[in-house]
Amino acid sequence: MMALYSNPKWLTIVRAAVERLTGTLGFPAEHCRSITRAVDEALTNIVRHSYSNRPDQPITMYFRTAQRQREGEVQNGLEIILCDRGSGADATKWRERPLGEIRPGGLGLHLIHDAMDVVEFSRKDHTNRLRLVKYLGQASLAL
Amino acid sequence: MQISVRRQDRVTIFDLSGDIDFAHSREVRQSLLREIQESRTPRVVINLSKVHYIDSSGVASLVEGLKASRDLGSRFILFGLSTSAREVLQLSRLIKIFEVYENEEQALAV
Repeated sequence: MMALYSNPKWLTIVRAAVERLTGTLGFPAEHCRSITRAVDEALTNIVRHSYSNRPDQPITMYFRTAQRQREGEVQNGLEIILCDRGSGADATKWRERPLGEIRPGGLGLHLIHDAMDVVEFSRKDHTNRLRLVKYLGQASLAL
Repeated sequence: MQISVRRQDRVTIFDLSGDIDFAHSREVRQSLLREIQESRTPRVVINLSKVHYIDSSGVASLVEGLKASRDLGSRFILFGLSTSAREVLQLSRLIKIFEVYENEEQALAV
């Protein structure tokens, strides 16, 4: 578990931790970078949209191993859950912008979906919960 | 995040150092837009060789720099992209709108 405040200055610390964790778990370097990017973008969305850039609000992240059956094989993976207590984001209004469109904004969500196998948002008891999962292939997780 | 600006001949060169993430992208955007407006050189070159990571807000800052340059008839050139920076531009399919070179020598030669 990792608990932090919604100050953007902590993003670099989280990126370093996630990149190290994914490398330790055996993800290839490209996936280490993309998972790290997804977590960074998700945290940025929380800071911007859920907490309206207030830097002193709580964010909690949970990391645990995950498994799924795929074509008769067990695939191991990493599950990351980000929780915040900000305003309820209306997930139905989340939009990825058309790729290649020359304008800023809307790219973060695309980067999250591109990186992860599972992206699920829910809200319960005033807590927003974003669940991200990335599976390895048949290779076993190092843990 | 460190941002320094050099001018040589008719080129403005930005040397950026650090990660261009949500904590720093606003500073980068403001610096780019201010200097592009003031210098009005025909060529703007962004040195990213000491930038390890760029997030979506950093990409947005570069896009705004590109647009500001185009509005003034200037070229906007990137060089020294890290693997991570190149990936995020490729994933956004925006890499094709930028002029990208490996190093400063190539960026200034074209």
